[in-house]
Amino acid sequence: MQNILAIWQREMKSYFVSPIAYVVLTIFLLICGGFFFADFSSLVQYTISQAQMGQAVQPIDIPREVTQRLFGTMTVILIFIIPMLTMGLFSEEKKRGTIELLLTTPVGNFQAMIGKYLASLTFLLTLIVASWLTISPLFIYGKPDWRPIFSGYLGLFLYGAALLALGLFISTLTENQIVAVILTFGLSLALWIVPAFFPSTIGVPKDVASYLSIVSHLDDFIKGVIDTSHIIYYVTFAFVGLFLAYRSLESMRWKG
Amino acid sequence: MIEVEHVSKVFNGRKAVDDISFKVEKGEILGFLGPNGAGKTTTMRILTCYMPSTEGTARVAGYDVFEESLEVRKRIGYLPENPPLYPEMAVQSYLNFVAKIKGARSSQRKTQVAEAIEKCNLGDVRNRIIGKLSKGYKQRVGLAQALLNNPEVLFLDEPTLGLDPKQIHEVRDLIKGLASTHTVVLSTHILPEVSVTCNRVVIIDQGKVVAMDTPQGLAHQIRGAERVSLTVDGPMDAVRAKLQSIDGVLSVQVQQEAASSQATYTVECKLDSDLRRVLAAAVVSQGWGLLDLRSISMSLEDVFINLTTKESE
Repeated sequence: MQNILAIWQREMKSYFVSPIAYVVLTIFLLICGGFFFADFSSLVQYTISQAQMGQAVQPIDIPREVTQRLFGTMTVILIFIIPMLTMGLFSEEKKRGTIELLLTTPVGNFQAMIGKYLASLTFLLTLIVASWLTISPLFIYGKPDWRPIFSGYLGLFLYGAALLALGLFISTLTENQIVAVILTFGLSLALWIVPAFFPSTIGVPKDVASYLSIVSHLDDFIKGVIDTSHIIYYVTFAFVGLFLAYRSLESMRWKG
Repeated sequence: MIEVEHVSKVFNGRKAVDDISFKVEKGEILGFLGPNGAGKTTTMRILTCYMPSTEGTARVAGYDVFEESLEVRKRIGYLPENPPLYPEMAVQSYLNFVAKIKGARSSQRKTQVAEAIEKCNLGDVRNRIIGKLSKGYKQRVGLAQALLNNPEVLFLDEPTLGLDPKQIHEVRDLIKGLASTHTVVLSTHILPEVSVTCNRVVIIDQGKVVAMDTPQGLAHQIRGAERVSLTVDGPMDAVRAKLQSIDGVLSVQVQQEAASSQATYTVECKLDSDLRRVLAAAVVSQGWGLLDLRSISMSLEDVFINLTTKESE
């Protein structure tokens, strides 16, 4: 436990000592803020124009509409950002030779991996918590229902956790960070658009394709539905990623 | 302290380490000598549990490196060939981190780090960022890291690489000082380092142990013959014939100096015979001029070259 904590601490420090953390946070909040503003003003515009045309304005739950769109946007931003959080986790240790330190001390593969994964999760959590800033006006000027917002955030966190595990695995495969980042991004994207690869399939294959898609499981969360089957999907995804990473680290020893 | 029995390591069908066996007693400093690519680093990596051997067993501090790797890892300090440093960290916080992952109790951590900093003369740079340090300092930070948590066995892969002569001297003294409480295995391709610091030398070449002895014993063992060099002013053939006729002389080699009657003769004599007086008397009694006479002692370097080039001849 002490080891995992030590690895976690070092990893957090290296996120926040290097500009990575700040750059990622800034870009993330900037894009979120931009989309929030655009979505919000277009909705307002819409209601105003409806009223001007003399039509009866349909009641719209603006906070809900805006947050749902924002979560959709964050799904896309995260797919770009997460590979940057995981690219260095093991590939950099390999390149610098510090992996030799970790593996010849009592830490070993497993604890090093868990420590690093937890650190990347912590950073993801930081991003998600920081994005509360973006939607805070909704709470300041109104009383939105917090429950669908919470479930949306939960979904995003699970989705991010799954992608982080994938990235962690890929960073054990190479000592080149560029390769790691591109592979992680490419695979995440491919997993997202799996259904698009089988446009004409129907029936079971279509269901399988859409089940595999990492984003399809997010829709319910964003709508405010917490469904255990989706939680199981993400947790399993993360678990498989970690398991592959562990095997890859073990095999590295044998290959030398 | 360390027992290595018939250890081999195969990479892609190539034997990097081939049936190596040796033992190191507690408190010894063992020097690992060999040309680049001889298998020094691979052997160290096996002993430090970084990679398993393909065949054979090895025990460090009483534990099997494969079966009980955790116990071994708790008891060793390892300085790999490239010091394993995080360039974005400050020296002190890096050492603190290593102390932590080596399992040092939090109460002892501070004193251990302070001790390591002092032993490796890092006081001036303790708050500097590692990435900005010179090669010599980085190497010493690597060494300090290996000393943390008081390991029973230290593995140092080329510990003096990149240091200036004064620092090399300090590090050698440091290593010698460690021998009373630690067992040290160090690898190097710098020969004087071995004769200065080590009690015993293992020379490996192409993955095999080619010799194992004390530095002095090794020089003695391989020498096989005493050699004397003479510079004589006189008729070359006559001098050579005269020298060859002396009892105990095995062979004479001549090197003529250009445009003069002087020549240098390298005489190989039987082991443990000092023929310098006899040779001098023989030359002088013939009326030739004896300009120079000295015995050639074989350095560790000659031994090394002799042993590691044998196969290609």
